[in-house]
Amino acid sequence: MMESLLCVPFGMSVKVGVLNAAGACRRRLLDLGLTPGAYTTCLYAAPSGNPKAYLIRGAIIALRNEDAGLVGLEPIKE
Amino acid sequence: MEAAGVCFNKQKQPKIKAQSHIVALLGNPNVGKSTIFNALTGMRQHTGNWPGKTVENCRGNFLYNGAAYELVDLPGTYSLMASSEEEKIACDFLCNGDMTSSYEAFYDAAVVVCDATCLERNLNLVLQTLEITPRVVVCLNLMDEAKKKGISINLEKLEQCLGVPVAATTATAKHGLKGLLNKVEMVCCGYIPKPLYVTYDEPIEEAAKLVEETLANAKIKVNSRFAALRLLQHEISSSENLDELLGISLSAHEELNAALIQARRLLSKEGYSELRIKDRLVAGIFAHAERIYKETVTHEALTYLKGQLKADRILTGRWSGAVIMLLLLAVVFYITLVGANYPSMLISGALTYVETQLLNLAAYIEAPKWLSDALILGMFRVLSWVVSVMLPPMALFFPLFTLLEDLGYLPRVAFNLDNSFRRANACGKQSLTMCMGLGCNAAGVIGCRIINSPRERLIAILTNNFVPCNGRFPTLIAIISMFFISASARYANSLLAALMLTGFIALGIWLTFVSSKLLSKTLLRGIPSSFALELPPYRVPQVAKVLLRSLFERTLFVLGRAALVAAPMGLFIWLLANIRVEGLALLKYCTAFLDAPARIFGLDGAILMAFILGLPANEIVMPLLIMTYLSEGALLELDSLLAFKTLLLENGWTWITALCTMLFTLLHWPCSTALITIWKETKSLKWTVVAFLLPTAFGLALCAAVAALGRAFGIN
Repeated sequence: MMESLLCVPFGMSVKVGVLNAAGACRRRLLDLGLTPGAYTTCLYAAPSGNPKAYLIRGAIIALRNEDAGLVGLEPIKE
Repeated sequence: MEAAGVCFNKQKQPKIKAQSHIVALLGNPNVGKSTIFNALTGMRQHTGNWPGKTVENCRGNFLYNGAAYELVDLPGTYSLMASSEEEKIACDFLCNGDMTSSYEAFYDAAVVVCDATCLERNLNLVLQTLEITPRVVVCLNLMDEAKKKGISINLEKLEQCLGVPVAATTATAKHGLKGLLNKVEMVCCGYIPKPLYVTYDEPIEEAAKLVEETLANAKIKVNSRFAALRLLQHEISSSENLDELLGISLSAHEELNAALIQARRLLSKEGYSELRIKDRLVAGIFAHAERIYKETVTHEALTYLKGQLKADRILTGRWSGAVIMLLLLAVVFYITLVGANYPSMLISGALTYVETQLLNLAAYIEAPKWLSDALILGMFRVLSWVVSVMLPPMALFFPLFTLLEDLGYLPRVAFNLDNSFRRANACGKQSLTMCMGLGCNAAGVIGCRIINSPRERLIAILTNNFVPCNGRFPTLIAIISMFFISASARYANSLLAALMLTGFIALGIWLTFVSSKLLSKTLLRGIPSSFALELPPYRVPQVAKVLLRSLFERTLFVLGRAALVAAPMGLFIWLLANIRVEGLALLKYCTAFLDAPARIFGLDGAILMAFILGLPANEIVMPLLIMTYLSEGALLELDSLLAFKTLLLENGWTWITALCTMLFTLLHWPCSTALITIWKETKSLKWTVVAFLLPTAFGLALCAAVAALGRAFGIN
């Protein structure tokens, strides 16, 4: 099982891998700049833990956990 | 609050000429497009620090170097892939020009406004636009913020990388607009830039070339490379939209179809599925944007984010988030309450003086008594009550609210509340429309256009009335001050009143969740769609501008509307109270008829009557009620809240009546303006009726419960 954006701890920067979303949702995530290979950082969460705010290409974007869970990560090679 | 995207043509505009240059203005949401629009046209379109504010095309005219220009403000979009309403509008305009205009109008230049602090993401839209048209000027706005954040952009290099003119502006301070206009003029007067296009994966480029060649022969209006790329990524089933966009009939064009089939075959041999084509196209653009960004932008270490993150952690913190939200609301109400008292008394006194003078004048010119009474005691008196009760709180509330809006706080509210909306299967952006509803429910309903999913938009529209608009605050405030707060210690009392009012708003918000959930479990079943909300950087509000803008454009606009309704209604109720049939006033018949059903809900006939007659504007409910009571009892001077309370007590009010009236103020049908807006937005009588019944049902149920409890405990 690939890790998703959802399991990224706060303040950690990761590289986007495969998008598991379909249709309009996939399009929206891509349009925000979540293309494979892009870097993103998980910044903070809303009081209830959902949604969470991510730094994507210089902008802070809030994504619901359901959507963030569809964004796969590229495995980190040390 | 006025409607989002509504133009205010108050200032003199140069006459539109058929030969004026048409300039399209596009950009990501919240990059200051509206500010640039206003700065260039001298118009006052509403601006605010939250994404998605401009929801429809707005036009304005200006003159530069003797030539006339028409500026078309397109809705803010992140992309032109036509997956949402705004994107479709923007893309259609870029491909086909102005289709709504009566004369043939193709734009002469397109200005893409970018946020200089966030160029990489913004370049996505620039690069997509360049594929449609070369006549582009890139406007780097918010340069002052970029400078503050230690971001520097090499403009010449950026021009080289893009192949189109680039202008740097700070629209709020009107810096750089001349440079921008010079470049727009250049493009409008015949200079066609040579943009550098994004190069995609080799198989895509090859396939695109195949299609492009046949398209070049087909003589289409739009750029053939753009058309080819669009054709490649679309399913045949959606070709109808594409026909319209590109201005060709696909099915009728055999040569093109053959080329398309060949191109698709080529792609699938290389392992490019339809999904992969789309992905690689987007990825190609972003990769290109990333390269340009790295070549042109240098910034100091990302320290600028730290301040914002710190503020965000507090404002969206687990406990602090909710506490600060309610506290801010209470503070806004407190300032409104305390500040409104004195000017309210002053205005009321002045208008009472005018009323006396008018009566004297009427006696002097020997006007018929029934006429002068109808006009002065009926029309003028209700009008002056509306003005003295409404103007001061509005003149305080609107600017305070606009300050929060400009600061960038509203998206944080949406962020905090999103989870509750998610649980109700609704959209988090509903918080934004809810906040707009606090100003004016009609504006809130129009604002719902920022929600993409039709189901979620409808939920937001139907539940907008659960937050009280500015017209309902004065009623709530007056009743709270009379019945729930003792007369001593004024400032502490105002604080208590503010807290109580906040409580009522919180109840409204909670009921918004409940009714949203109810709707998505019954009439509007469905699961929430994906949701992405940008949290813009905090900006220091331009205080002076905010004050002027909110006073002239919001306060006077809303007050004017209320006054327009109050005057004829005042006359109407005066006539009802004074036309007697068999010795009894008509009004008496009406209130007596309504009294029995109203008692079930803890109200009385006069209160229900005031609410029914107050349909055109909630502001006049309280004045109408006073008028009704006064017509039945002895006429007394209503110079203070205490006198008012005495009047209510004489008419049998208890604190149960007060509580039920407050609940019904919060929860009853939307005013006629809001209803008409709902009908326009939904284009459906059914949903307008639902919007009418939903809050009313909640209100009646709650009032009945409170009244029943009251009776059970022996309080009548």
